[in-house]
Formats: sequence, structure tokens, C-alpha cells
Amino acid sequence: MSKNDLTRRGVLKTGAVAGAGLAVPTIFTAGSARAFTNEPTGSNVVLGFNVPQTGPYADEGMDELRAQELAVQHLNGEGDGGCLATFSSKALDGTGILGKKVTFVTGDTQTKSDAARAAAKSMIEKDGAIMINGGSSSGVAVAVQGLCQEAGIIFMAGLTHSNDTTGKDRKKNGFRHFFNAYMSAAALAPVLEKAYGTDRRAYHLTADYTWGWTQQESIAASTEAMGWETVENVLTPLAATDFSSYIAPVLNSGADVLVLNHYGGNMVNSLTQAVQFGLRDKQVNGKNFEIVVPLYSELMAAGAGANVAGVYGSMNYNWQLDNEGSKAFVKSFGEKYGRPPSNSAQTCYAQVLLYADAVARAGSFDPCAVAEALEGFQFDGLGNGPTLYRAEDHQCFKDVLVMKGKEAPANEFDLLEIVDVTPVAQVEYPADHPMFGGAEATLGECNPGA
Amino acid sequence: MDAILLQILNGLDKGSAYALIALGLTLIFGTLGVVNFAHGALFMVGAFCAIFLQRLLGTSFEIIDETQKDFLGNPLKVQAPYIEYWFGKDIGASIIDWSVPLAILLTIPVMLVIGYVMERGLIRHFYKRPHADQILVTFGLAIVLQEIIKYFYGANPIQAPEPSAFKGSVDLGMMLGFQANAIVYPIWRLVYFAFSVVIIAGVFAFLQFTTFGMVVRAGMVDRETVGMLGINIDKRFTIMFGIAAAVAGLAGVMYAPINAPNYHMGMDFLVLSFVVVVVGGMGSLPGAVLAGFLLGILESAASTTWATTTIPGINQIIIYLVAIIVLLTRPRGLMGRKGVMED
Repeated sequence: MSKNDLTRRGVLKTGAVAGAGLAVPTIFTAGSARAFTNEPTGSNVVLGFNVPQTGPYADEGMDELRAQELAVQHLNGEGDGGCLATFSSKALDGTGILGKKVTFVTGDTQTKSDAARAAAKSMIEKDGAIMINGGSSSGVAVAVQGLCQEAGIIFMAGLTHSNDTTGKDRKKNGFRHFFNAYMSAAALAPVLEKAYGTDRRAYHLTADYTWGWTQQESIAASTEAMGWETVENVLTPLAATDFSSYIAPVLNSGADVLVLNHYGGNMVNSLTQAVQFGLRDKQVNGKNFEIVVPLYSELMAAGAGANVAGVYGSMNYNWQLDNEGSKAFVKSFGEKYGRPPSNSAQTCYAQVLLYADAVARAGSFDPCAVAEALEGFQFDGLGNGPTLYRAEDHQCFKDVLVMKGKEAPANEFDLLEIVDVTPVAQVEYPADHPMFGGAEATLGECNPGA
Repeated sequence: MDAILLQILNGLDKGSAYALIALGLTLIFGTLGVVNFAHGALFMVGAFCAIFLQRLLGTSFEIIDETQKDFLGNPLKVQAPYIEYWFGKDIGASIIDWSVPLAILLTIPVMLVIGYVMERGLIRHFYKRPHADQILVTFGLAIVLQEIIKYFYGANPIQAPEPSAFKGSVDLGMMLGFQANAIVYPIWRLVYFAFSVVIIAGVFAFLQFTTFGMVVRAGMVDRETVGMLGINIDKRFTIMFGIAAAVAGLAGVMYAPINAPNYHMGMDFLVLSFVVVVVGGMGSLPGAVLAGFLLGILESAASTTWATTTIPGINQIIIYLVAIIVLLTRPRGLMGRKGVMED
């Protein structure tokens, strides 16, 4: 015969004790639980630099890495301090970020969205990166921005020029210092009008992906507004290397301007081949045939060589800019690496400093506090002149450079010249502009993760 | 009519590159039975022979120009090529200007040696292995070659311009009685087409009219019997590998002014060239050339605005579409021989 000692009171007592016992660790650990993803607990903080280290944009990625490494040195009080001396915010003092020494890990985007996401994920999960910075493609930027939003990490975009990055794909955790396709078009249009007049017929060759589409849409809208006619827009595969099939019909189309909405290798090849087809030597409609490349970079210009001579385009930044921030950055970068920085390098450098400064001003690495510190932040001294990080879409607003390929470069770095610095007021647009997702586009909620 | 002629011209030019690469691939497959995925990389190495010679000829010494400043505000270091110093400015500049055609002289021995070393050092160990193993090892080799080039030359495209005498374009339309600007074509592309025709004719003549070629052709048909006649067919096939590499290299060196070379340019051609080989018929040299030009023209025609608006994306799939149709109706390809790749 068995004896059952269980009573209702006993069960309740046991249950209460057991429950309390189980609850104790939670209570004790709740205070130390991480309130956000990868909250730094030691004496170091880890930044993740996600750039193309292999593939066709590896050289651009290398320049971004150089700039990011330089930024880390400056944050840690090494080197000449670069733009810390010229930066309008004085929250950074060369002792790291909030007293923590800055270290970094790198990932290889390969300029492929899936590879870029995998690299960012690895840096976040395995290396404890508190933020992700860099990149050379809009497709990659949009993909990594989405990942960082889900992970509760701040994403500081590198070279991404599609309207979508801070348009329909904008995210609360994502920030873009680089300019965009709309701004390029708004800056270029007046210069093109002055140089080529209002009676022009434009033929567009457009890379068939997000950046190409938004670039073409923006340039077509701006040029049509000043009286140009868009004769044709031909989408070209991103993987194309020979553009002869697309260029050959241009002369016979009645167009007298060719707009190459191409970037990187696409642009180098299409511009080279357009020049080989003799387009720039021709006269159509009684006017000289002209070529326009809306987005320039130093590496593209180097790749295209003499073919860029006389061709207009736009840039986010150029080392020839003569302001204190630019001079400090070029000096620091040039003395360390023996070459002037590219515009993607400058963006990546500025983004690291802007992130660190926002953390310092917020007094926390919490991504939501950092985002709040960056929103509406006005600053100067990083190379571009006075700049605003607009709160509504996390897009930086600053002057835009209109460039022209030099006819007689003095050296390998002297390929482009600044022909106009377009004031920021001329490239501004409302955050709910139709090209940027309209009224439906929202940043969503900040995600601190963890 | 003029638009059609223009796209045919484009196709011939693009087809020239396909045909030259596919010819080399077929030579290797027909002789050694190896599917060489490193062939695109050999095309790329050929293009970089032009870059190498251009830089070699442009090797300079520095002159400090106190009147100009560099980006850091220091006196500008002006580069002065030795060749202009030695031969005078005009002759020196002309030699640099002609660096791409001159690179042909460099490319032939370099590619023969690379081909020989590749075959003797690595690929011969895979003759008796399955085709999948051969593809993997040659693909790996292609990546190694790419990375070596990237190490020395970076990932950014590098311009290797054609000589000034061949710059610009000609209005072929005017010559044929069409209106001005109807068929305008770059001179260098016409040179490239003519060059490829000469190379293809040269390879065929070599195989057809020389004793060496006759032995190789016999070996392609029946290797064992040729071997039993006391001929060292392996040695001849190794030389053919070198010749195939040289053909790819020549295709690359003359292509350098058309597309600024970068380290992965070979991959862009490799897959298409394999499709060309398959469509032409595995092991058939005339088939490779015919399919090269045919697919080049079709690809060009499919890139017209009319074609892409009628069937969006046709320009990207046309070659594969044709390959499917050919393989369904003629599984051995256009000129394939019985028994090749059918075991």
C-alpha cells in the first residue's frame, strides 16, 4: 500500500518555490541582458567594413578599405587625425568611440547581393560588428540594408547611387552619405543646357538593374524638362561587355546625344566603344554629337582613359575640392597611400566618422539612439561642405559636383575636372517624391535587435 | 536593309572572337580529348600581353617639374618614357602607339610556352580521368591565372588603344550607296575581323598542307594506329595544345583595344565559346568556325531594338535557344562527327 503525502497546499508551496527558483536567473540576468545587438562589453568596439574585395569592383573596394582603415586610425588618435580637426562636431577626441578602442573586420561583397549579405551576417554574428559600412553597388546596398534592419545594426552605405536606397527601399537603420541619381540629373541638367542647348535628342543606353532604371528615369525627366527629347531608351544586360550592337544604331536614330546610364566596367566598355564608333566625331541635326555619363568615378575614368575627354558627368566628391575638410582628408590619405582618394573612399571615410560621432553624441551604441543622433544632423568639415542628414529618408544633402573629362591630363590622377559645384538647393526634393517611392515609402521602425 | 547589314557586321566581328576561341577549344578537344575550361583565361592572358608590352615600352624615368604641382602640392613628377629618350620623341611615341600590333610578336612565344607548360605540367595527368575532373582542374587553373593577373594589374579595366592610324570609323554605308551614317563601323573592328580570318585560314592551312598537320589530323581520327606507326603523337598533340593557346592569345591581344582588358574578361567568352563548340559539333574545326560566326550574327541581331521590344530579353537567351534547337534536331551539332562525346 502506498501513501500519498501530496496536499494542495504542498503543491502550491513547491510550485511557488520552483517558480521563484526558475525566475531568479532571469531577474538577475535581465539587468545585464543586451538591450541591442552586439552591445560592446569590453574595451574594444568592432566595426564591419563590407566592400568588394574580389570581382570587377575590387579596386574600388580596396580604396574604400584604405579610407575606412584611415578613419579607424584617426578615431583611435593615430596618424594626423585627418578630418577630426575640421569636423564641425567636436564629440570625437581621438580616444576611440565612448572610450573604447575601435577595431574592424572586413567582408567581401563580391558585388553580389547574396555574398554581401552572407559577409555582413558573418561579421555581425561571428565577429560582433556593431555597424556595417561600405559597398559599391546599389543592389548590394539595398540587400545589406535590409539585413542590417532585421539584425538591429546600423548600416552606413558606401557607393550607392540608386534612388531606391533612400527611396522605396529606405530603412530606419540605414543611412546614405552618397548622392543619388536624382541629384546627378538635377545637377547636370543646367550644365548640359548651357553646353549643348535646349534642342537636343537623347538616346539612352541603360544598365538593366535598379540603379540603371532610376538613373535613366532621373536624367530623362531633367533633360526633358529643359526641352530635350528622349528618342530611345535601350536596356542593356548588366553582364554585357560588347555594346557594339547597341551603339551601332545610335547614329541612324536621329539622336545627337548619347546618355550612358552605365557604371564600372559597363561604362568603360560602352564609352570606349562609342568613341571607337566615331560618335564624337560626327555631326547630327547640324550639331556635334555628344556623350554624357551621368555618374563618374575616378577608377572608371582611369579605365576609360582618353575616351572621357570632354564628356560630362557628376560626382559626389572629388579630391580637387578646395575646402578645409577636403584638404585635410586628401593630405592624410595621400601621405599614407601615395594617391588621392576616390569619391567612394571619401564617402566611406565620412560614414565611419559620422557613425562614431553620432554614438559619441548619443552616449550609446544603441542603434536607435545612434539613428536619432544622425537624423537631421547638420555638419561640415568632412570634405563636401555643409551637409544635412535628412531625418525623413536618411539621405545626405550637399552640393553636387559636375565633372568633365580633361582633354590633356597632366598625370594619372588628373583625368577629371570640376566644372560646376551645384548648390544643394538645386538638387533637393521632397521625401515623398514619386521617384523615391512616393507617400508610401517609409523608414519603418528602428530595430535595436537582441 | 542598312540596319540588317550593320548587325551582320557586328556579328562577324563578335563571331571572330567566338570562332578563334572555339577553334582553340576544338583543337584541344579533338587532339587530347580534354575539355579545357582555362581557354577563356588564355584569351585574357593574350590581352594582357598587350598591356604588358604597352607598359614595358612606356617604362619611364621621372623628371621633377617645378612649375607644376601634384595633388599634395609637391613639385610634379613627370614621367618620360626611356624609349622616347633613346629613339627620339616621334619614333619613341610611334613605337608606343603601335604596342598592340607589336604585342603579337610577344604573344605567340609566350602563349606557346604557357600552353606547353600547362599541358605537360598539369593537364596530361587528367587524360584518363572523367571529363568532370578535367573541367574542374582546368576551371581551377583559369581562376589561378585570373588571380595572378589581378595581383599584378588590379581589377580595374586597363586601356590598350589601337594605333592612331586605325582609330575612328569608316562610313561603309556611303560606300555601298546608303545615306550617310547608316553603316558606320570602327576601323579596328574591321582589322580584327580580317586578322581572325587570316589566323583561321592559317590554322586550317597548317593542318591541311603540312606533314605535321597531316599527322595530327590522322591522330585525331585514330590515335592508337598513328602511335603504332612509330610516331610520337603525344608530343605533336602537346604542340597542338600550345598552338591552340597561341590562337586564344592572339584573339585576346587584338581584342584588347575593343574591350579594355580586365582579369575576368576570359570568363565572359568562355561559356559562350563552349556553346559555340557544342553547336558547331564537338571536335569539328569547321563547325566551330561556322558556329562562331553564326551565333555572333544571331546574338547581334537579337540585340536590335526591334528584337528586344518584340521579345524582351531575347538578346540574353538567343545563343542558348539556338543551342537547344540545334541539339534537339542535330544532337552532334552542325558539323559534329559520329562517336565524339557519345560514349
